[in-house]
Amino acid sequence: MSILVIAEHDNSSIKPATLNAVTAAIQIGGDVHVLVAGQGAAAAAQAAAQVTGVARVILAEGESLAHGLAENLAAQVLALAGDYSHILFPATASGKNTAPRVAARLDVAQISDITKVESADTFERPIYAGNAIATVQSADAKKVITVRTTAFDAAAATGGSAAVESIAAVADSGKSRFVGVDVTKSDRPELTAAKIIVSGGRALGSSEKFNEVLTPLADKLGAALGASRAAVDAGYAPNDWQVGQTGKIVAPQLYIAAGISGAIQHLAGMKDSKVIVAINKDPEAPIFSVAD
Amino acid sequence: KRVVDYNVKVRVKSDGSGVDIANVKMSMNPFDEIAVEEAVRLKEKGVVTEIVAFSAGDAKAQETLRTALAIGADRAILVETAEELQPLAVAKLLKALLDKEQPQLVILGKQAIDDDANQTGQMLAALADLPQATFASKLEIADGKAQVTREIDGGLETLSIDLPAIVTTDLRLNEPRYVTLPNIMKAKKKPLEVFKPEDLGVDAKPRLKTLKVSEPPKRGAGVKVPDVATLVDKLKNEAKVL
Repeated sequence: MSILVIAEHDNSSIKPATLNAVTAAIQIGGDVHVLVAGQGAAAAAQAAAQVTGVARVILAEGESLAHGLAENLAAQVLALAGDYSHILFPATASGKNTAPRVAARLDVAQISDITKVESADTFERPIYAGNAIATVQSADAKKVITVRTTAFDAAAATGGSAAVESIAAVADSGKSRFVGVDVTKSDRPELTAAKIIVSGGRALGSSEKFNEVLTPLADKLGAALGASRAAVDAGYAPNDWQVGQTGKIVAPQLYIAAGISGAIQHLAGMKDSKVIVAINKDPEAPIFSVAD
Repeated sequence: KRVVDYNVKVRVKSDGSGVDIANVKMSMNPFDEIAVEEAVRLKEKGVVTEIVAFSAGDAKAQETLRTALAIGADRAILVETAEELQPLAVAKLLKALLDKEQPQLVILGKQAIDDDANQTGQMLAALADLPQATFASKLEIADGKAQVTREIDGGLETLSIDLPAIVTTDLRLNEPRYVTLPNIMKAKKKPLEVFKPEDLGVDAKPRLKTLKVSEPPKRGAGVKVPDVATLVDKLKNEAKVL
C-alpha cells in the first residue's frame, strides 16, 4: 500500500502544510510518496526528498503545471493514481481546489479536512463549523483526503533521503488560463504556521486603528496578524487574514482576540489554539466562553 | 442547499448518531445565497437570459428554492430523495441536469456550512469535464469566457476560463439582497419541477459511512484578569507562551 501526498511549494521550497500532510500519511501507514508538480520546481523536489518518512519524490515539470491550475494538476494526479491506495492533499486553497476533481474522476467520495486518522479507512473530521466531530468510514477502493494541517504535527524537514524521479507533465487542458496574482506582501510569519497570532475585529473601528493598535503588539511578539470577517468586510484587513470557518483555520500557542465578539464561524477557525486571550469591552461576548 | 441556519449552535445527539436538527431553524446556505445573487446580477446586466435554481434533498427543500425564485431565479428544479446526499451524489445529479439543460455557467457556493465539505462544484466540473474557478470574489463574463478573481491563501488570483464553466462563490463576491414580500408572492407562481434521482439515472447512495458524531473536546473555564500586568505575568509564568 502506497500513499501519495501532493506537495504545496513555491518552486524553491515546500510549504509547511505539506509536512503536516506527510505526518497524516505516515499515520495511515505505507510507503509515502510526494508529488511535486510545477515548473522549475527541482529545488522543491530536493527539499521534499529530505523530509523524514518520505520514500520517493515524483517531480512533474511543465508549463501546464506552472500555476497549479486545478484542471491540469488533477489530470497529473490522476495519471499517477493507479499505484496508490490513498491520495492526500493539505487542506489549503490549492488542495481544496484540486482534490474533489481527482475524487470525482476516480468515482470515490472525498474526505475533507481530516483531523485524526483512526485507521486506513476511518477518519475524524469536524462538521457544522467545528461544533461536532464526525467519524467517517470510506468503503471506496481509493481514499482521496484533504488534511487539516493544524491537526497534525509537521514531519521533520530533514533527515530523509528519498530518491527524486522525474516524469513528464500532462498536456494543458486549454480550458483555463492563469491571468495574474496579487499576493499580499508580509514580513510576518505565515498565519497558519504562526506560534502567536494577534487578531482584530470590527471594534477597532478603522483600518488605521487596526494597524496602529495591533501592528506594534504583533511586532513585539513576533506574531502573525489575523482578523475576523467583520474586520475584513469593513476593509480593515486583507481577505487572507480572515480566521474562521470560511477563512484560515489556525491553532497557535497563543491567540489574542482583540475586539472580536466570537461568532460561531470565527471560533471554528481558532478554538484549537493552546491559549486564547480575549480583550473585549463586552463581558457577555461569546469569545469569553473559549478564552483562557 | 437547505441547511441549519448559520446562527444556530447545533447540538450533538446523545446517542452519537448525528446532530439534532429536529425543530431548528433552516435556511439557504449563505454561500448559495451569494451564488443566486450573482446569477441575478448577471441577468440584470443582460449577460444571462435565464436562471434555473437547483436543490436536492427532502420535500422541504422546496422552501429554499422558493427563496431563490424570490431573489430572482426564473424557475427551479428539485431532486427529491429521503436518502442522505453526499457531495459526489449531488455532483452526479447536477451533471445529469447539465446534460439536459445545457447551461453556460453553473454557480455554486464554495461550501455548505453543515458538512463543510467544499467539494460539489469541483466534482461537478470534473464529471462534466469543464473548467472551474473556485472561491470567486469577482466574476466578469465576456466573449465566451469568464474572468474570475479567486481568494487564495496568499492573496488573490485571476483566471480566465472558457464557458461553459463552473464557479463557486466566496463570501466577498457580493452582498445578497433581501427578498421582498411582493417577490415572495410572485415566486409562488414560478415553475418548480421535481425529479427523483432514478429519473436522472443517478445512484445517489452515500459512499461514506458516518460511524459516530461526537462533541468536540470542551475547553476548561477561563479566568478574567483585572489589568495588563497580570495578563502578561500569567502568559509568561503560568501558560508559558511568551
